[in-house]
Amino acid sequence: MTALLAAPALASIGLGHFLVLSALMFALGLVTAATRRSAVAILMGVELILNAAALNFVAFSHYSHGAITGQVFAVFVVVLAAAEATVALAIVLAVFRGFRSVDVTDVGTLKG
Amino acid sequence: MPGVETFVFYGLAALILGGAGGVAFSRNILHAAFLLLLTLSGTAGLYFFLGADFVGVAQILIYVGGILVLLLFAVLLTNRIGDVRMSNRNVGYLTAVPVVLLVTAFLTCAIALGAWAHTEAVPAPTTARLGDAFLREFLLPFELVSLVLLMALVGAMVVARRAVRDRGDASEGALPAEAVSGPAPLGTGGTP
Repeated sequence: MTALLAAPALASIGLGHFLVLSALMFALGLVTAATRRSAVAILMGVELILNAAALNFVAFSHYSHGAITGQVFAVFVVVLAAAEATVALAIVLAVFRGFRSVDVTDVGTLKG
Repeated sequence: MPGVETFVFYGLAALILGGAGGVAFSRNILHAAFLLLLTLSGTAGLYFFLGADFVGVAQILIYVGGILVLLLFAVLLTNRIGDVRMSNRNVGYLTAVPVVLLVTAFLTCAIALGAWAHTEAVPAPTTARLGDAFLREFLLPFELVSLVLLMALVGAMVVARRAVRDRGDASEGALPAEAVSGPAPLGTGGTP
């Protein structure tokens, strides 16, 4: 373990570390969004994906001479995720009142 | 010899990936919602690690304080609390797993092959520069996003209100009593 950490590629934290971490988080979010049946759990997967993207923005911002644009975009991502979660959860509650279920495979009709 | 930052990074990365793995594979949706807390807090820690103090605080306030509480509300409102095990069933691993592995391999190849810049960053607080950027270069997106937030607020209220009104129509007897007793205290209090 210490030998692994002492290797130069792993010991000094660079941009690649953040990119790999964010890719893994994106993949786990994709797994969640693709395999869950509950609409709320799918929303959690989308939040993971958005977080991975925002982390990428901030990491790029930090490793490019402190340019601020990446952080601006990360703030926009957070704000839009909040708006998206609000509307999506209102829809989930409306669907639940209509169908008594939030299973996305049960909700097969659009007419209320 | 690895420095402190190495341990901080790997600790936060373990927190994030553990939480995200729990969200992806937990069988209880309430556990998944609480494990999302680990991931979001770990991401906020990485923002502080990267010197993005304002983004980190915004992450904690909006994600952990807002979105996560909203998600917990949705979980608790849409599952029968009486159930001991809130079901969080999965479907379609057969197609999902190959696709996800393919995407991950593609991303890893892109990261490994890309020639990323290795510049040393300036460890300084960025809140002032961020505010400057919002009010100069990014003024139009900044105003537009406030419009988007207003629309989301109104839209969420409209959608949720319709659901409440539908429920009121279903139970005929309760609606008139509610309608009379609702504005009555306001009216009597306002007129002397």
